[in-house]
Amino acid sequence: MRVTVIDYKAGNLTSVLNALRYLGAETVVTNGDLVPVEDAERIVLPGVGHFQATQRLDATGLTPAIRAAIARGVPFLGICVGMQWLYTGSSEAADQPGLAHFAERCTRFSEGHEKVPHVGWNSLEVRAGSRLLSGVEPGEFVYFTHSYKAPVTADTAAITNYIEPFASAVEHGNVMGVQFHPEKSGATGLTILRNFLSCERQGIA
Amino acid sequence: MITKRIIACLDVHAGRVVKGVQFVDIIDAGDPAALAARHAREGADEIVLLDITATHEGRQTLLDTVRRTARELFVPFAVGGGIRSADDAAQVFEAGADKVSVNSAALADPMLIDAIGRSFGAQAVVVAIDARRDPSAVDPVRDAQVFVQGGRKPAGRRVVEWAREAEARGAGEILLTSMDSDGMRTGFDCELTAAVSQAVSIPVIASGGAGTVDHFVDVFGRGKADAALAASIFHFGVSSARSLKEALARAGVSVRLPC
Repeated sequence: MRVTVIDYKAGNLTSVLNALRYLGAETVVTNGDLVPVEDAERIVLPGVGHFQATQRLDATGLTPAIRAAIARGVPFLGICVGMQWLYTGSSEAADQPGLAHFAERCTRFSEGHEKVPHVGWNSLEVRAGSRLLSGVEPGEFVYFTHSYKAPVTADTAAITNYIEPFASAVEHGNVMGVQFHPEKSGATGLTILRNFLSCERQGIA
Repeated sequence: MITKRIIACLDVHAGRVVKGVQFVDIIDAGDPAALAARHAREGADEIVLLDITATHEGRQTLLDTVRRTARELFVPFAVGGGIRSADDAAQVFEAGADKVSVNSAALADPMLIDAIGRSFGAQAVVVAIDARRDPSAVDPVRDAQVFVQGGRKPAGRRVVEWAREAEARGAGEILLTSMDSDGMRTGFDCELTAAVSQAVSIPVIASGGAGTVDHFVDVFGRGKADAALAASIFHFGVSSARSLKEALARAGVSVRLPC
């Protein structure tokens, strides 16, 4: 089980690498070298912090390489900002385009009497048919820390409620994303990462 | 629904836990990695490791400890103590911490908060504030003072104002310790916690004074805390974070269960 982990200097990779290695994966980290993406078996795009950091994916040429890998059917998992990058963009950095694999846009939680950011353990309402969330029971908790979120659409794999319902996971074929941190979500998170590691490459994205 | 967090805190000196959530089982009582894993297994929502020596010579030992602890710890993991620069923070992150907690170094140089937040994101920066009410002020709670050196020396800042500045500079959370309540086991300072929690939009972790399960119920309700630090669960008449959370759930507090 080899996983290519993309380092685009958006926060710390160690936790993600620890979890993947704990599950028996061999990890290859790239911060610009395209070869580990071109011959990837699986790709994980982590990321915490600001959406603007994804600019580095464009600057290094990783964006087209990842797009091509996805088109080859390579299983892809975006975590937190890595999930948001799958959409057309985020109001956090309005001029920075995302991959636009999903047509929607990420927006900030509306300010009210609830705190923004959304930090802590919240529950998942899993939609039927998700491979990534297979075996996750309704109401299981995962760890979130974010101020921006993706809208609920047909591709949403799990919904979480905070201020409003938002997409806590997205999945379409080999392309998956989670707004929460599976590497920091206890046994539930490890189940989800294990599911991802057992996803095989598909013929067509 | 977002849940209230119970955070287990381990005080570490020279690679060994010297004080922390205590257990009957003595076998792994001194090893931070084993204890942290055990707390996570027994329901803690997060682990804080506090380096109470925080000497320059002890940094490598601490980094080794963080590395060993993080390797198989799959809940959020914060490390505090002796982080004086963005480079110190970078080393701790590299070793596997998800968050760093800064206290006196941030007071001495508030730009430290900006610097760490810029490189690692706001979610990675916890600003710890040691607070005392100011009995001579018109409003002792609103005008509570920040203290350093274990609560002995006033820092010349007001708690609420410093919490706001920390948030504006990019802190992701506030860890608020009431030095008046710390070690007293008479309950958290709920008024002070609520004052800070309402002044900022980032989560506030309450610390200091817990003696019973009801004290936690109180700080999550009246105190408007988002999380609470359990320095010594053993003292609350429960045997683990899980049983503390089960008692909280019975009292109507939303917590992560089963866990």
